[in-house]
Amino acid sequence: MKAETTVLVRGAGVTGLVTAVTLAERGARVTLAESGSRVGSGASWMAGGMLAPWCEAESAPPEVTEHSTGSLSWWSRHVPDVVSNGSLVLAPPRDTAEISRFGRRTSHFKEIGSEEIATLEPDLAGRFSRALFFREEGHLDPRKALPALSERLISLGGRLLTDQAGVPAQSTFDRIVDCTGLRARENLTTLRGVRGEMILLRCRDVTLHRPVRLLHPRIPIYIVPRAHHLFMVGATMVESEHAGPMTLRSMSELLNAAWVLHPGFAEAEIVEMGTGLRPSYPDNMPLVTQDKQTVFVNGVYRHGYLLSPWLAEQVADIICG
Amino acid sequence: MLFYGTRLSSPLMLGTAQYPSPEILAAAVREAEAGVITVSLRREAAGQRAGQAFWSLIRELGVPVLPNTAGCHTVKEAVTTAHMAREVFETDWIKLEVIGESDTLQPDVFGLVEAARILSSEGFRVFPYTTEDLVVAERLLAAGCEVLMPWGAPIGSGKGLNNVFGLRALRAHFPGTPLVVDAGIGLPSHAAQALELGYDAVLINTAVAKAGNPVAMARAFRLAVEAGNLAYGADPMEARDMAAPSTPLLGRPMLG
Repeated sequence: MKAETTVLVRGAGVTGLVTAVTLAERGARVTLAESGSRVGSGASWMAGGMLAPWCEAESAPPEVTEHSTGSLSWWSRHVPDVVSNGSLVLAPPRDTAEISRFGRRTSHFKEIGSEEIATLEPDLAGRFSRALFFREEGHLDPRKALPALSERLISLGGRLLTDQAGVPAQSTFDRIVDCTGLRARENLTTLRGVRGEMILLRCRDVTLHRPVRLLHPRIPIYIVPRAHHLFMVGATMVESEHAGPMTLRSMSELLNAAWVLHPGFAEAEIVEMGTGLRPSYPDNMPLVTQDKQTVFVNGVYRHGYLLSPWLAEQVADIICG
Repeated sequence: MLFYGTRLSSPLMLGTAQYPSPEILAAAVREAEAGVITVSLRREAAGQRAGQAFWSLIRELGVPVLPNTAGCHTVKEAVTTAHMAREVFETDWIKLEVIGESDTLQPDVFGLVEAARILSSEGFRVFPYTTEDLVVAERLLAAGCEVLMPWGAPIGSGKGLNNVFGLRALRAHFPGTPLVVDAGIGLPSHAAQALELGYDAVLINTAVAKAGNPVAMARAFRLAVEAGNLAYGADPMEARDMAAPSTPLLGRPMLG
């Protein structure tokens, strides 16, 4: 690579930020251009931020796990406050069959009983008799991690331009990397959006130390603890590209799950309700593709935080050699 | 048996929800050689055509589409959803679900009959999701339905045919009406059993979509409905309490 390969990365969601930082670390001169007013103005902001390669194997193909086992360490090296407390999979008493199913599809967990559940999460003591504990997993808060990544980009000599202001012509760059999600549809025609809805709660009566997945045959839901007594409850999966507000049905399902996990959530404040569209290819797996000088990274579906480090390496191999 | 004048290429109807990805869904539909695929229409997706990307994938499968009103709890919701489905999929077929109880998702048969009457009078070809109750079945036929879809067990429970007596009685009462076991089928053996009872089709979703390998399970169901169908046509033997030796004992030489 020549000393100063110049790269324009379009889109400052999780894929664009991780790619920009990775390219800058490999010696490229990176400009990151975002059409919104800040980093993470799309689906990345609404994500749970679970770094759960083994839990995801329940419904994702083995490649997702294979290419994401390093993600927790990648994030820990790049942003502060990444939590490595594992994750917990629970089911209400009448749905415990779902735990067996989840266990058959996944690995790297320990099956635990009520005593160990109480040790890990004292607030859940006496409420659940069976759980799967994925010790090697972790989580982060996307709303802290993404700004932290953009600072890192700048400290590496990169530039961040929001609102598309002052973006030099594409022809002035050696390479373009397009990480614009559904906005890239004109070029990537098989992309579709998968709607997800989430709620942010503030609850001082419940403390959790790790993400909890509550299994249910129809509506599996997770709750991720964040700083300042916040909890992210997500997320629906709807084959729809409607980006409008959350429906009452989805809200009831999400809130009900929180209540089932712990009745203390009944007193929680609802801080925010959000929706996002996950850019997805028909096999729900991401792709790095090339068209002349542009490299497209897209289709991360629900695995942006897990798979971005792996995808960014692919991009860096193409551009930096 | 004709479903509103149409002969299905297979007695296997496959639902399209809950697959790990659209690509796996497509592979499962091909492997199942499904005669019909069902699609549920969420109203918030339908209202603004926001489900278009997924619906195109469904249409491209080239299998007759039976839209459904899954998740509707009232007559009005079900009727509205049916109207949207007709517009989106350009078909007058509608699988009618009016849910009466959210724990078991069992049908509200009163609302079902009412919605079936309204939709039939508007020219819809209604496939009602019902219980195995004979009287409700009569009412549905009187309301204009020409197909019945009794449950085997609650939706997604995988418990198989819970009331074989009731399902057999339904078959005996309505020899000329296409009957489909909808809901509750968990294993290929359940599907084979429904066909062996003389049912014309089975509708399966969760059992395939939530299997560890949906494509392999789709094939298993295809083979099961083929076996069940053949068995029914072959006039199975009657079960009996006594052993019936296949070789007469009388006159057999006594050895040893």
